[in-house]
Amino acid sequence: MLHIVNKSPFEKDSFTSCMHHAAADSTVILIEDGVYAALKGSAVEGDLSKAKVVALSSDVAARGIEGNIADGVDLVDYAGFVDLVTDGNGVQSWV
Amino acid sequence: MKISVQINEGPYQHQSSDSAYNFVKAALDKGHDIVRVFFYHDGVNNGTRLASPPQDDRNVQQRWSDLSKEHNLDLVICVAAAQRRGIVDDGEAERNGKDATNIMDGFHISGLGQLIEAAVESDRLVVFGD
Repeated sequence: MLHIVNKSPFEKDSFTSCMHHAAADSTVILIEDGVYAALKGSAVEGDLSKAKVVALSSDVAARGIEGNIADGVDLVDYAGFVDLVTDGNGVQSWV
Repeated sequence: MKISVQINEGPYQHQSSDSAYNFVKAALDKGHDIVRVFFYHDGVNNGTRLASPPQDDRNVQQRWSDLSKEHNLDLVICVAAAQRRGIVDDGEAERNGKDATNIMDGFHISGLGQLIEAAVESDRLVVFGD
């Protein structure tokens, strides 16, 4: 299962809700302001270990935080995003 | 794989119309079939032809229209959301007594049934927006 989070965890609680519901073997992709959840040392960093978390590289770059991403969070491009959507057994957007 | 996309957010609002556009392009590049793009809530504002963004900025509405032409995409605008926000085609202008239309080439106005049908006929429905 792929979960998509597009809002900052400091604006809405969609990331936190998602991480509390996502199965351990699911993948969470952070896009748009959602990439702020991948910041190293943030208040929500502990949630990142609850599932596999990746972040959209272009949205990370647009916000200038490439050098400050938590360990274990991989970056993917749009082609990788599409693969994650098609590889799993479903997709859920936490809008 | 058959993929449909739902967009709930207007152009230039946050980023979701751009995200959806880039996702659809990447999916098409990989050979996937985009069954339908459904514009809901403020997302219907992606379907006006009367916007004039600065020339050095992207034209979100035109970009969808061009992609639709290139790949024969089915761009559907929710009728109830469109009526509330003044997105009008010939049929809606006549039905509601309006003196103008503003729908962008490549879009058409239809009902929520089109979203349900897209979800049923696609392997994935990806939602972008607020």
